[in-house]
Amino acid sequence: MKYQAFQPIFHKITRINKATCELRCNMASYDELAIINGRLAQVVKIVGDHVTLQVFSGTDGIPTDAEVIFTGKPPVLKVSTDLAGRFLNAYGKPIDNGPEVQGESLIPTGIAGIDLNNTLVTGQKIPFFADPEQPYNQVMADVALRAKADRIILGGIGLQHDDYLFYKNIFENAGAIDRIVSFINTTEDPSIERLLIPDMALTAAEYFAVDRNEKVLVLLTDLTLYCDALSIVSNNMDQISSKDNMPASLYSDLARLYEKAVQFPSGGSITIIAVTTLSGGDITHAIPDNTGYITEGQLFLRRDSEIGKTIVDPFRSLSRLKQLVIGKKTREDHPQVMNTAVRLYSDSANARTKLENGFDLNDYDKRCLSYAKEYSEKLLAIDVNVGIDDMLNTSWELFARYFKKEELTIRQDLVDKYWKN
Amino acid sequence: MTTPSIKQGKVTGIISNLVMAVSDEPVAQNEICYIGLGEEQLLGEVIKVIGKDIFIQCFESTRGMKIGNPIRFTNDMLEVTLGPGMLSKIYDGLQNDLKKFDTLFLRRGIRSDALDTESLWHFKPLAEQGQRVHAGDWLGEVIEKAIPHRIMVPFKLSGSYIIEKLVPEGSYHLNDVLAVLTNEAKEKVEVKFWQKWPVKKTLKAYSEKVRPFAMLETGVRIIDSLIPIAEGGTGFIPGPFGTGKTVLQHAISKQAAADVIIFAACGERANEIVDVFTEFPELDDPHTGGKLMERTIIIANTSNMPVAAREASVYTAMTIAEYYRNMGLKVLILADSTSRWAQALREMSNRLEELPGPDAFPMDLTAVIANFYARAGYVYLNNGKTGSITFLGTVSPSGGNLKEPVTEATKKSARCFYALSQKRADQKRYPAVDPTESYSKYLEYPEMQNYLHEHISPRWTEMVIRAKDILLRGREVYDQINILGDDGVPLNYHVQFWKAEVIDFVILQQDAFDSIDAMTPIERQRFMLEHVLQICQMEFDFKGFEEVATFFKRIINNLKQLNYSRYESEEFNKILEDQKLIINEKRIA
Repeated sequence: MKYQAFQPIFHKITRINKATCELRCNMASYDELAIINGRLAQVVKIVGDHVTLQVFSGTDGIPTDAEVIFTGKPPVLKVSTDLAGRFLNAYGKPIDNGPEVQGESLIPTGIAGIDLNNTLVTGQKIPFFADPEQPYNQVMADVALRAKADRIILGGIGLQHDDYLFYKNIFENAGAIDRIVSFINTTEDPSIERLLIPDMALTAAEYFAVDRNEKVLVLLTDLTLYCDALSIVSNNMDQISSKDNMPASLYSDLARLYEKAVQFPSGGSITIIAVTTLSGGDITHAIPDNTGYITEGQLFLRRDSEIGKTIVDPFRSLSRLKQLVIGKKTREDHPQVMNTAVRLYSDSANARTKLENGFDLNDYDKRCLSYAKEYSEKLLAIDVNVGIDDMLNTSWELFARYFKKEELTIRQDLVDKYWKN
Repeated sequence: MTTPSIKQGKVTGIISNLVMAVSDEPVAQNEICYIGLGEEQLLGEVIKVIGKDIFIQCFESTRGMKIGNPIRFTNDMLEVTLGPGMLSKIYDGLQNDLKKFDTLFLRRGIRSDALDTESLWHFKPLAEQGQRVHAGDWLGEVIEKAIPHRIMVPFKLSGSYIIEKLVPEGSYHLNDVLAVLTNEAKEKVEVKFWQKWPVKKTLKAYSEKVRPFAMLETGVRIIDSLIPIAEGGTGFIPGPFGTGKTVLQHAISKQAAADVIIFAACGERANEIVDVFTEFPELDDPHTGGKLMERTIIIANTSNMPVAAREASVYTAMTIAEYYRNMGLKVLILADSTSRWAQALREMSNRLEELPGPDAFPMDLTAVIANFYARAGYVYLNNGKTGSITFLGTVSPSGGNLKEPVTEATKKSARCFYALSQKRADQKRYPAVDPTESYSKYLEYPEMQNYLHEHISPRWTEMVIRAKDILLRGREVYDQINILGDDGVPLNYHVQFWKAEVIDFVILQQDAFDSIDAMTPIERQRFMLEHVLQICQMEFDFKGFEEVATFFKRIINNLKQLNYSRYESEEFNKILEDQKLIINEKRIA
């Protein structure tokens, strides 16, 4: 950051918190960036001549006579195609030792738990809800590499350094690095900086989608850490927190990010896939709860102990936009087959309860249990990688193996056409 | 009236969309103002005054705002413009016509006219010169799409007026003067096609509001058959995310027997609204044969638009509904979701540093919600004609917990409760309305019962209660079977369980994406409920519980195929014939 001539410099800091500091100044504008002793900060509150700055890298070491310069500009990112293949930090600065950056619709993933039950559409926003021990970074990387997107933008929010290297290696090894731009904040970086990552990633996404008509896939991991940073700032500003100590504006804050997902008429699109880590699978916590009301569905990862694999949970997972494509851009039997397969899977959950309570299983229960196991293994497991027609055919095979036609309650003409003898 | 001088003020503080200001002039609570930011004029509303400090909620992003930015106060509260041409429009919460914006992104501070200023309307007088009139009386009408749109005496007038001049039938522009009214004080009022009304004030230009007594048909079986909503009634749909609130509301908006439908998408997902934009113009209205969009107004305030505008959007929707109700029309408002509006209230209350109530919501939340729901209703107009507003709102309870403040507050106001159940959604039993938790208070109204007996069947309420009892019994025996095991209960328990399943699968569950099953007219609902109850009354001979399940699964499959086929078609009758054969295998004659 360079000093410019005739810029007023303020010296009198009147209040310092963990993430914010306050000074007297009468020329600040809302949301603009300031530089305090060389660190980047943003105006978050103005009352009279008291201006509150949120200091991204933390306030440790900021003295009461720190130098403050206002830039007069909100955060900006220099965008160009040169971004491709680059790893940048929360301020859009390269962290991969490269040169400075100069200014200038159905998504098949091959994973049946997604393509069959929760089909994704360009312009959609959807999170993975997963406990921290689940392999969500691997699944994200798989989706990124398999999805037919022109551009992939990774926003790493509080990423473990090891996971940052994992992404870097897997993208390089797959030869996909040219399609990928990464904005990374690792756990080694200050936590307030995490607030900038999604904005940076989505600004870059808008550039590729609007100016270059590209299909852009934005991966954000992990938004729970973003929300934690929000709560630190709101707490430091003495705001009354609402549920789970999150700021009252959490819904709006998250919506502002997720609503950037869009399908433009010109062909470009921004699709957002995010990770929200849960604590002990609790989706009633304010973060997953607010997220669920904003996003167009959610994907749950769950360990199926019976088959020893991670599956996409068919109960809690949902893609709201699948109705736009299933049975229209995919085969006609897709909607009914999908629902019936899940309903039969839920019957197996009842059978399992019976088994656990020590009751004898009837013939239907036994068939349901065997079906569930095979369904889980052949379709729900995240290591499945096949086309959608194959998934539908597999479903019909399973139906024929374990059930009678009338147990499906599928429309008769579809049964007549697709039932496998 | 004298025009007051322009009132100026200055910005003294900014916290997100709360702007603090001072002014030497008097300002009113809820007065609208414009905050100047270079070329841009940002809309704001006064929400609190302490001494000389004025607190303003800004409806747009405050990025770049500075201390000392000029403010212009307007003397008006937040108003909507009411007139012909609103049908099939898509507005934002501040009644900007979104189709008039041609840019990709909504820029801050730009506005567009709510009505088409150049439009020409064929006016037909309904009153005569010299006639005495009051606010809300009909002066004439134009045909808007297929709807008779009445031009009314301005609602803001009080007392009685004489029509001094009324133009003859003919075509006029939106801004032409149609009538001149005078009162005893010789004050003259010019009437045009359009008028304005503040959104937060209830529009009461009718003679009386009565208890709702007629059913509003929605084509959704679980609602019409079991938990009916009355015309002029209120209802709400709480449910965790992913339980099908939106799909259910869309289904109702497509099928409901109303003249005008207002869809207030409040803090909703933008993509879902885009979906409504693109899908609605294509769809046919099942009642008139016209296009659905012709009777629909969409107020879209997506979750990315500023929070304050969300609050405005539900009021804008309600005010437009009150306007059409006063023309003697049936209006249905669907609001998705009122929780987002409550959250907007919470964010503001928080910035104002008010002492918080439960879950940090403002203390007056219950009162605000009750006031709003009370604006719905069935009314007799001054000329004896009737009009109604039916309001159906969704609530998104945080964590799916129905004890949270917004759900609780709404439960006190709304008379129909459609609880969506996560378990039913997991089992893909859509619409996932829980038949035992949900209720409609209107079913207990004697006037409603009379209506149902006259219009559907003399035994209708009796049948509805029986169906509900069978469902409840089914749930009870299911618990017993789970505790005691298949063998541990009498065989009859299995029969009772499966009879409840028949009602569940055939009446309650409905495929919103199947061209035939999606909408069931009330005549077909009567047939199905009678038919299914007949089956439930039959006695069967079973040897064991496995036989019970196999038999009823065949019945369910048969009845499902019936739901997928056209009513009283050849195919339909053939399925009924097949059914007799299946039933006779086990029936005790």
